[in-house]
Amino acid sequence: MANQAEATFEKQPMWSGGRSPFNVSYGKLMMWIFLLSDAFTFSSLLVQYGAQRFSNIETAVTTSWPDPASIFNHFPFMHGVHLPLLFVSVMTFILIVSSVTMVLAVEAGHRNSKKEVQKYMVYTIFGGIAFLSCQAWEWATFIHEGARLDSNFFGITEQGYKHLQSVSFSDHFEWADGDRTWGPVPFAALFFIVTGFHGFHVFSGVVINVVVYIMTVRGVFERRGHYEMIEKAGLYWHFVDLVWVFVFTFFYLI
Amino acid sequence: MSTAALHADEHHADHHHKESFISKYVFSMDHKMISKQFLITGIIMGTVGLIMSLLFRLQLAWPDEQFSFMETLLGKWAVDGKLDPNFYMGLVTIHGTIMVFYVLTAGLSGTFSNLLIPLQVGARDMASPFMNMLSYWFFFLSSVTLLISVFIETGPASGGWTVYPPLSALEKAMPGSGLGMTLWLSAIALFIISSLLGGINYISTVLNMRTKGMSMNRMPLTIWAFFFTAILGVLSFPVLLGAALFLIFDRSFGTSFYLSDIYLEGVGALENIGGSPVLYQHLFWFLGHPEVYIILMPALGITSEVISCNARKPIFGYTAMVISLLGISFLSFIVWGHHMFITGMNPFLGSVFMILTLIIAVPSAVKAFNYLTTLWKGNLRFTPAMLFSIGLVSFFISGGLTGIYLGNAALDIQLHDSYFVVAHFHLVMGSAAIFGMFAGIYHWFPKMYGRMLNNTLGYFHFWLTFISAYLVFFPMHFMGLAGVPRRYYQFTLVKEFDVWMDVNVLMTVGALIGGFAQLFFLYNFFYSIFRGKKATQNPWNSNSLEWSAPVERIHGNWPGEIPTVYRGPYEYSRPDRELDYFPQYEQDESAPEVLKTEKSKTSPAEKEEAESSVFFAAIKKVFGLS
Ligand code: HEM
Ligand SMILES: [Cu+2]
Repeated sequence: MANQAEATFEKQPMWSGGRSPFNVSYGKLMMWIFLLSDAFTFSSLLVQYGAQRFSNIETAVTTSWPDPASIFNHFPFMHGVHLPLLFVSVMTFILIVSSVTMVLAVEAGHRNSKKEVQKYMVYTIFGGIAFLSCQAWEWATFIHEGARLDSNFFGITEQGYKHLQSVSFSDHFEWADGDRTWGPVPFAALFFIVTGFHGFHVFSGVVINVVVYIMTVRGVFERRGHYEMIEKAGLYWHFVDLVWVFVFTFFYLI
Repeated sequence: MSTAALHADEHHADHHHKESFISKYVFSMDHKMISKQFLITGIIMGTVGLIMSLLFRLQLAWPDEQFSFMETLLGKWAVDGKLDPNFYMGLVTIHGTIMVFYVLTAGLSGTFSNLLIPLQVGARDMASPFMNMLSYWFFFLSSVTLLISVFIETGPASGGWTVYPPLSALEKAMPGSGLGMTLWLSAIALFIISSLLGGINYISTVLNMRTKGMSMNRMPLTIWAFFFTAILGVLSFPVLLGAALFLIFDRSFGTSFYLSDIYLEGVGALENIGGSPVLYQHLFWFLGHPEVYIILMPALGITSEVISCNARKPIFGYTAMVISLLGISFLSFIVWGHHMFITGMNPFLGSVFMILTLIIAVPSAVKAFNYLTTLWKGNLRFTPAMLFSIGLVSFFISGGLTGIYLGNAALDIQLHDSYFVVAHFHLVMGSAAIFGMFAGIYHWFPKMYGRMLNNTLGYFHFWLTFISAYLVFFPMHFMGLAGVPRRYYQFTLVKEFDVWMDVNVLMTVGALIGGFAQLFFLYNFFYSIFRGKKATQNPWNSNSLEWSAPVERIHGNWPGEIPTVYRGPYEYSRPDRELDYFPQYEQDESAPEVLKTEKSKTSPAEKEEAESSVFFAAIKKVFGLS
């Protein structure tokens, strides 16, 4: 059907009506527009982050903005080992791989290969769930360490930074008394809200992926003759992935 | 995901099924029914907002009078018939919210984008009728939530329609900051969802579903306006969502985004540190300024259509009109700072915002002049719709000019938050957009209900409303220039403002006249739905596509094939025609054979060249892409 549609498209000039100017179905167009709009939502969150971070001033009650690399240094089953940013790199890797499997699912859809679509969708769904689980662990650890919405005990003192600098990768590390003090309040709150909002997107993506997976298994797309729905889910999934790259950069790297 | 199956064409196929009451009138997926739902909800909300404004206008004119009916109506909010100060603030806030979002955004865009986009571009329905239905029902829930907030114990949100923190962020700041504010935020969240669902649909329909021959440069200006409006909405409402999200966390979870160590009634500093209310203002006005154009542009589009049709002249400068809409849309994203000149922003930044703001006057002026030149020497037909459109032009000019005053940072430091601002936006946004909306209702009522509105009542409605609008809003300029601040409860308490009491009485009388005038409209509207004169196929001899659809409204819009479009929408006063107009959907019988069977004769590439829209051609030229 897709081919047939394209054949009739070609006769008509692009913008003169009676056809889609971009050769896309309205559904895909809508997804693009939605993603554009969602990009603005995330931008507003990141702008908020930037504004608060860069307007933060050291005062008697708060320190400078904490260095994320020194805080996110935990890894499951490696208690007390200083592994900055290792875990989040794993998370990021998982999410990117799940994007790759999504691409493969879309490509299999183009070949109308139901079996392969199923296979790659399962991989993608697992990637999503793995990412969410990692995030749950990350949050739990962070909260356990004392992160709260309404306060921030990650103000790192001079002594704390010296302490951090003295340990190298995979050394044993634990905060000593006087390493930490009250820091800028929005630090942890922004972390929770922005990564939480992103996590919510990942969660919705997993739900969408499960739905289209079930539809694939039931042969809905086979009967329909095309797997465009997978493509739409894919667009969303890649977008969520792309947003993570920004969230990751802002919250972990700089 | 059965929604995908609802592609317009497919579901058109089963329009012979008898529809149940629920699927026809309640959970309807037909864009025409949804547009009526938006309109009627908008009219109800508008009536509520209007009554609120009359209540606080009474307070301003006769602050010491006791109105016994007020106590009956408001109970504890008007003990002894005197309006409570907190409830005064609540009324002002909810009035603004209702008028800005519920009437002039959803009521206006929701009604006319829904009605006209499919009919004027030649589509059987919206791209996704299902999402369209959801869009209405989210709007409905949102309206109900907002109305409920007026009836709760502590009263509705009262910090002004812009809900600035800290009034909106501290539950204890004022009575309305508690549950009332929470409901306000919920209502707006639902509203944002509704507007996104609608906007995404409008854009996709305009891009994807145009009928054969409906190239972009043959679209009526209404469609262009709705298109840009939808883009503004889709890109700016999410930012409000972000701001609201942080506000909710500040209110309920102890975060400090918009709060810092503020003293509350001398009780001592809050525990919050490091937040900034100014940040909220930035996020809010990033939506807020595009929002005012979301309100105005559909009205401008409607006016273009109505004026051209009733002046029996092609619209003056079609391309200029489109490009000015584009210019306004683009600029509206980068001028939000003009609402914040006094927040202590860097004067250099202020001057950047100032220059950008003043540049908006250019496309605005292009539009105003094009309306005037379209009217010039036209064969004017003063239908009520035409009068309202001309009214819009009047308000657009008188209100737009004061925008230029306000855009000057140096002047605005004096004028900000004074009645001058109130005068400015009630003329340019309030009155102008409402007039555009009325013009649309009078013009397309026959399309919506198959009947005509009564003209005589329409004339009464127009003249009374027009006069009362100037009566209410014009004196505000002078008050504002003299330094009278907005949102004050009782001016007799401030000695300096005593001199304005007579003017306040005059304005309230104007408001009462305006409120009375709406009775003509309401009666006319609801009476004519059932008893109005039956409409003919094309009552205004208009060119655009919607009038080729049969009077009795069917699912799918056209019984047979969707008509093909052969020319632009503004071919009026064609000397070569027997009638003075040439509808878009009529084939030219006298045209040489080649043109009629154009399809196969010219190569796609050549045709592309000839037909590609003026607009894109212009863009290509500007960037040297051709
Ligand atoms: C030439 C074009 C315009 C310019 C230069 C302009 C400029 C301004 C400025 C500088 C303010 C801020 C005043 C203050 O708060 O101190 C303002 C307020 C406002 N303008 Fe305009 N404006 C223009 C057109 C419009 C249009 C077309 C609309 C709506 C359709 C509009 C709606 C509003 C509203 C609603 C406010 C007040 C918001 C509030 O504080 O509650 N303006 N305008
Ligand atoms: Cu503005």
